[in-house]
Amino acid sequence: MRNDDILSSSQIDRTLLAGREYKGAFRIDGPLVYMRNTHPVGYGELVEILAPDGSVRSGQVLDTSDEAVCVQCFEGTDGLSLPGTRMHFLGEPLTLGVSEKMLGRVMNGLGKSRDGAAVPASSDERDVNGVPMNPTAREYPRDFIQTGISVIDGMMTLIQGQKLPIFSGNGMEHNQLAAQIVRQAKVRGGASDFAIVFAAMGVKYDVAKYFIDSFEETGVLGNVAMFLSLADDPSLERTITPKTALTLAEHLAFDCGKQVLVIMTDMTNYCESLREISTQRGEIPSRKGYPGYLYSNLAEIYERSGKLIGKPGSITQLPILTMPNDDISHPIPDLTGYITEGQIVFDRDMHGRGIYPPINALSSLSRLMKDGIGEGMTRDDHPHLSNQLFASYSHVQDVRNLASVIGEEELTELDHKYIEFGDYFEKKFVSQAYDEDRTIETTLDIAWDALSILPAEELQRLTDEEIAQHYKG
Amino acid sequence: MQGRIVGKVKRVNGPVLQISGITDAKMMELVHVSDAGIVGEIVKLNEDQATVQVYEDATGISPGDNVYGSGMSLSAELGPGLIGNIYDGIQRPLEEIRTVSGDFIGRGIDVPAISHEKLWHFVPVASPGDIVSRGFIIGKVQETERVEHRIMVPADAGEDLEIVSIADEGDYRVTDQIAMVQDKSGRAMPLTMVQHWPIRVPRPIKDHMDLGTPLVTGLRVIDTLFPLAKGGTVAIPGGFGTGKTMTQHSIAQWCDADIIVYIGCGERGNEMTDVLREFPHLVDPRTGLSLMQRTILIANTSNMPVSAREASIYTGITMAEYYRDMGYSVAIMADSTSRWAEALRELSGRMEEMPAEEGFPAYLPTRIAQFYERAGHMRTLSGNEGSVSVIGAVSPPGGDFSEPVTQHTRRFVRAFWGLDRSLASARHYPAISWLDSYSEYIDEVRRWWDGQSQGKWYENRKRIMELLQKEVRLQQIVKLVGPDALPDSQNFILEVCSLFKTAFLQQNAFDEIDRYCSIEKQIKMLSVILHYYDLGAEAISKGVPLVKIRRLQVVQDIAKMRFSVSNDNTEAIDSIELKLERSMMQLGSLYEE
Repeated sequence: MRNDDILSSSQIDRTLLAGREYKGAFRIDGPLVYMRNTHPVGYGELVEILAPDGSVRSGQVLDTSDEAVCVQCFEGTDGLSLPGTRMHFLGEPLTLGVSEKMLGRVMNGLGKSRDGAAVPASSDERDVNGVPMNPTAREYPRDFIQTGISVIDGMMTLIQGQKLPIFSGNGMEHNQLAAQIVRQAKVRGGASDFAIVFAAMGVKYDVAKYFIDSFEETGVLGNVAMFLSLADDPSLERTITPKTALTLAEHLAFDCGKQVLVIMTDMTNYCESLREISTQRGEIPSRKGYPGYLYSNLAEIYERSGKLIGKPGSITQLPILTMPNDDISHPIPDLTGYITEGQIVFDRDMHGRGIYPPINALSSLSRLMKDGIGEGMTRDDHPHLSNQLFASYSHVQDVRNLASVIGEEELTELDHKYIEFGDYFEKKFVSQAYDEDRTIETTLDIAWDALSILPAEELQRLTDEEIAQHYKG
Repeated sequence: MQGRIVGKVKRVNGPVLQISGITDAKMMELVHVSDAGIVGEIVKLNEDQATVQVYEDATGISPGDNVYGSGMSLSAELGPGLIGNIYDGIQRPLEEIRTVSGDFIGRGIDVPAISHEKLWHFVPVASPGDIVSRGFIIGKVQETERVEHRIMVPADAGEDLEIVSIADEGDYRVTDQIAMVQDKSGRAMPLTMVQHWPIRVPRPIKDHMDLGTPLVTGLRVIDTLFPLAKGGTVAIPGGFGTGKTMTQHSIAQWCDADIIVYIGCGERGNEMTDVLREFPHLVDPRTGLSLMQRTILIANTSNMPVSAREASIYTGITMAEYYRDMGYSVAIMADSTSRWAEALRELSGRMEEMPAEEGFPAYLPTRIAQFYERAGHMRTLSGNEGSVSVIGAVSPPGGDFSEPVTQHTRRFVRAFWGLDRSLASARHYPAISWLDSYSEYIDEVRRWWDGQSQGKWYENRKRIMELLQKEVRLQQIVKLVGPDALPDSQNFILEVCSLFKTAFLQQNAFDEIDRYCSIEKQIKMLSVILHYYDLGAEAISKGVPLVKIRRLQVVQDIAKMRFSVSNDNTEAIDSIELKLERSMMQLGSLYEE
């Protein structure tokens, strides 16, 4: 059947054509396969590719016209030949059959089993690309999650339904921190039904193993669904992994009413794969060769978090990304920061000084913090206290710079106090052990200990009553 | 799906479609693609082919699908019922969409922007026999407690129309006929309360007027140091986390415009939810009514289709112009114009156009200019005065102000509120840098301000700006040799500037008192701080040590007056000033020979 015949009868039910098999690609370029003379194929349609060796791979339509169809093959094009490649266009977008039973299982980036056992049957097939949430249906997140990590709880509080990425660098302890948050995260004053969805993109096997072991130790493994697309898996699979993971997360949160924590590592690998495919298609690049739609594409992932009115569940995202060359203005961390509700930034210098977690409080931020802390949620002095910590610690940086020029001896008495405060803050407040779980009260008390090093009149962000009640100087 | 078929899909590449077999399609015509009714717009015509950008996800569209023309350009529906509503980028009401498609936004949903069922109480202000022209007001409707919606003859209706009949006072739907007019040739035209206007075309005006009144925002750093005139344009650039959105929210909440149009263009869903939940509960300090009663929201969040993001800016400013034409002052906040520029870039890339700087299309500056030129203080067609002020946030990648969007925006705006990352890190909010920012409206609003402050504002502003400049130079010395090397008189300048920053420039958006600062309070606060500088400098010249001045109790009072003195009790600042004079006098007398 030729295209022209089809075009003249566009009313033909497409499901009739959906199963047709086409043979003979005319071009294969990296992960892209081009096929001519097909029936009208829908944009974004799922494709089944049969390789000459008999293996079945899946792909997606990236570009469709009446002349040719461009298909990206998720599992790579190794071993495909032009005449020997066969395709079925399935007439529907890439879907994932979602089920609560996926918890406790390990799957690949497309949602196929990786642990040998069959994937749980599901009657509910969801488009992995998701659909935007209606802003009027959203509930504004305001429930405090206690992570037990002082610098996060005290200064960049995590809120249920928030997306808060960790900006790290190679060789720093972002995985440990993420695992610690998973172990310790709890919502105060209420039993909560937690589930964890873990998406690994292009990370090494050891990293995935570290998380599996850590989940196992804490006995949460039965509540974790893992989507692994490791470093030696085809790069294109990474571009779909977070979407698959979030599709399941949406089901768990909004249909099963669970509090879902989604950990995605490493978003940098995801973006690199996007760049790879974009370059291969000959698209016009924007910054550093990344495609112009990187922002929209990342937004389609990050925005799939939050809460809905009248639904008990929530999706909290904790994406991890390694900043290339520790550069926060690199397009990946930069665009991420514009979409997410804050960021936790790691600092190479603090890491070097042996501080764990090496979080640079000044460049970190939680945008949803303001509505989740204070009286009735954490403690009434929390908002002013965190404000004061930021202000004082930022002054410490100025004093340190000054000391490096004129020498520490030349500093005024007050500036010496600031140096002392800065050291105490980093060693006692920020620094803590891998297995140390501090309550919010402990965290705030340590913060008061630190601030009590400074004279009371320096604490202008705090009210007189708060100083009278907590100040120990 | 009904309507005339203008062509068939030839190629699909994301939100950009190639259409072949074009018959009578027009440039910028609104079209519906395939039987799902996906909304799109024709952006290019080439012989029998056309390029269409679609405003919804293109998944599932395939070659051969029909494209249906609507015969009109992408237009905004204008009439009573806009206020208090929340729309997506192409003016579809999100609340209505929710009732149709649930918590997630489906595709191909067609609902009118304003309710066609609701009854409005119409009061005619014209009578049969009157001669009216386009833009003339013929009736009014109380849209919200606060806003009187003036029903106008459509702006494309023509001149010198005679009213044949007009409806009596009573309740009508927006689509009901409320008047009949006829032109000179006797052609009759029915009028309703609803009209349509193509979003990419500025609505007509009589002429431009001079600017002179500031847009009072209640934010001290803006009103006192870098004022914006009503009808002016300003850009707020800042890297992520520097507080663009917070600043925009504050202005939307407290500025003294009659109508606010808030465009969330490619930003976070939760932020729009925050506005949506918070605004109805916030009370306008001037009228005592809910802020939602003057606000229109457009939410095209970052994960909603990119072409609708491109359109959202125009949808917003068209609605703003419509209220301006009624004689209101309208402020429009666009957060963020960078996302809009990126949408242009993405669409341009998909159309395989030749890129200019950083992949942006060469027509980017033209588009930015066209948008900002729609602001202004105008004489409307009906002879009223109205204004549209544009406050555009810019999100420069990496916080680098030399990138194309910031640079081109700077060419077309007359005020610039640059946000500074180091201020934001120290939680100095609003993090508007007093060194990078500027306002070209100072001379234009000087008369108004000096009228409020017995002529003191202009001089005081100049003095404090000079002190801040001096401080920068002194800080450089301190960085090299330490503060002890400076004489007390110069250290005192550092002291005053630091006080000015904490006591005046910083403002806490969550504090009941501090979040809105009246003009009167701003004037008094600035003058008491300058008074402190004068008296202190004099005392130091007499030999009083700086430590003694710094330890005065009244300095703490000054530092905390932004929280302690409410807007209706500014006399408290006068008594602080008296206390300052007394303390300084006592201190001075101790050191006199």
